[in-house]
Amino acid sequence: MAMATAHPTTRIPARWQDYLQLLKPRVMSLVVFTGLTGLICADRAIHPVLAAVAILCIAVGAGASGALNMWYDADIDRQMRRTRGRPVPAGRVQSADALAIGVVLSLFSVMLMGMAANWLAAGLLAFTIVFYAVVYTMWLKRWTAQNIVIGGLAGALPPVIGWAAATGTVPLNAWLLCLIIFMWTPPHFWALSLYTSEDYAKAGVPMMPVVAGAASTRRQILIYSFLFVPICLAPAFTGLGGPVYLGVAAAGGLVFLLLALRLSRSRAGEAPDDRGEGLYDVRAGAKDARNLFAFSILYLSLLFATLLAEHLLGVPALELLAR
Amino acid sequence: MSDPARETEAEQKARRGRNIALALGLILFVVLIFIVTVVRLGANVATRPL
Repeated sequence: MAMATAHPTTRIPARWQDYLQLLKPRVMSLVVFTGLTGLICADRAIHPVLAAVAILCIAVGAGASGALNMWYDADIDRQMRRTRGRPVPAGRVQSADALAIGVVLSLFSVMLMGMAANWLAAGLLAFTIVFYAVVYTMWLKRWTAQNIVIGGLAGALPPVIGWAAATGTVPLNAWLLCLIIFMWTPPHFWALSLYTSEDYAKAGVPMMPVVAGAASTRRQILIYSFLFVPICLAPAFTGLGGPVYLGVAAAGGLVFLLLALRLSRSRAGEAPDDRGEGLYDVRAGAKDARNLFAFSILYLSLLFATLLAEHLLGVPALELLAR
Repeated sequence: MSDPARETEAEQKARRGRNIALALGLILFVVLIFIVTVVRLGANVATRPL
């Protein structure tokens, strides 16, 4: 028995589900959704099989970035409640396996994207993977409180990749979709970090509430929200969004601003530990942060779903600027 | 005490699951390459001058 303690022979065997978890399937599904929106909004006929393969490549590329992130961040993940159950910190998947899976899937997804769609889309996919795994994970995340602001570019690029896969070009409207996600990221993540900051502080990650304090974070969320909502209206002026989109963006934007205003006037993030066990399970003081965090997901999903539906149904865009 | 060189039943089951998943992944990749090749080249190959 003493020997068994010194040289443990019973470790948790890795199941295929653990490897799937390495690919962050929830993030993957969001990336598939935004990538598909970019591909459909391009309004260019592409062979449905090639479109499906391009979307699969975006999904696998995102999964590969997730695996590389989990490989590098295992030390941080081990210290945070939200992430300590991940396969690498929990000891179900070996660190080297996570690295190998990340590298192999990155190469395969980029090569297949180049073959199925075009090399511009493949190049953008490769850039996104490198940006997330190297620039964000290895550098920004541990170095600056602006980590999720700059790193948000990786999460914002999938619609551009989808657009490039369909057309071989990346016009202004593709970058507008990217800008919407880019500007959405800070209020979304900072609202979350207001009630998980203790975890980040423990792990030594310089998230905004840890570095600048809760009051400054709430103020910055408000500033970003006032910049973000007008950008969400822009597609109605550039020939990308139709009347339904304008309605959804305006009404949802109003709610977003109200929630951001309420958060700015709250004391969210100032209690020592604002969170229960679940991601949405917060104590009274942090409810305003939780509400904005939850609504931000709904708002972004609605914006992209509306654009997707309008383009699939052939609803004409407003092009308000052209009038 | 158990022999460290021998797998437990749970380890065997997990390994089998991993192997099947890997095999399916590889088969999917080969099929995808085939389909992409046919779709991208199909029409050109069918209409090429002999």
